[in-house]
Amino acid sequence: MRTHPKPDISDVSEVAEIDGGSTPPRAEEELLEALRRGDEASFAALIQMHHTMLLRIARMYLRDQSVAEDVVQETWLGFLESLDRFEGRASIKTWIYRILVNTAKKRLRRDGRSIPFSSLGDRLDGPAEPSVDPDRFRGPEDKWPHHWLNAPADWSGLPENRLVSNETVGVAERAIDSLAPAQREVITLRDIEGWTSDEVCNVLGITDTNQRVLLHRARSKVRRELEKYFDETESA
Amino acid sequence: MSCRELVNLVNEYLEGGLESDDRARFEAHLEECEGCVNYLNQMRATINLVGRLTEESVPVPAIDKLMTAFRNWKAT
Repeated sequence: MRTHPKPDISDVSEVAEIDGGSTPPRAEEELLEALRRGDEASFAALIQMHHTMLLRIARMYLRDQSVAEDVVQETWLGFLESLDRFEGRASIKTWIYRILVNTAKKRLRRDGRSIPFSSLGDRLDGPAEPSVDPDRFRGPEDKWPHHWLNAPADWSGLPENRLVSNETVGVAERAIDSLAPAQREVITLRDIEGWTSDEVCNVLGITDTNQRVLLHRARSKVRRELEKYFDETESA
Repeated sequence: MSCRELVNLVNEYLEGGLESDDRARFEAHLEECEGCVNYLNQMRATINLVGRLTEESVPVPAIDKLMTAFRNWKAT
């Protein structure tokens, strides 16, 4: 990834060769053909599939809801404009997200703001917090060095309705919101959207090692916040 | 393998990224350590919970606007 990518959507071709693509090629081809002939149902389905997620990603960077909505709208227009020269080497999904990333970067630059995208070098963004507070382990001189001093609880003992209550989901959501942007990006795509690691690396322009480190930190942080929440509410 | 080492490998384990030696050491540790079994299960529960943060459907005005854009695009 270049340090100063051009804001235009021609950037998309960069990822074409290494794209994994989760939709079977045949179905992708048919979808493309349908879109090119102007089939409205196909376009409506594509919007349902990606729109909210595009908005979520746009909001990570632009923060302002109406600006994020603008950028997503522009993304769809950019997608339509590029349909005729799209060669189908990347998946449609990758293509759309690439356009979003480029459109959002362009918007940030226009507004004179810094660009927090993970693909621009600040990949590990944020301090390297330990997965678990070191105080919870025994010291190196202990009979059981680096083993639990204060072991994690068995959450299966929690009532099912606590483990997945709206309040608990809210704790996870706030934990994700508080993550460094690059971590938030990766956990959102992997664990909320269910993307594969290949797709994430491809769209964000990061290596697999980076992706794993970011995901590890993000999941660890969310787990810590959930643990804190359960501990506080259980003992209350 | 110590517990402290294990918590740093949990994600690699879940991602299927551990070499077979490390994987064997990881699983051998789990056999003997309830705290780490709990930790691994907490991490699985965390991933499952985050997966519940799914999307609502797209609001109708947003769709209408885009469908209009699509028709305009088609007409050009």
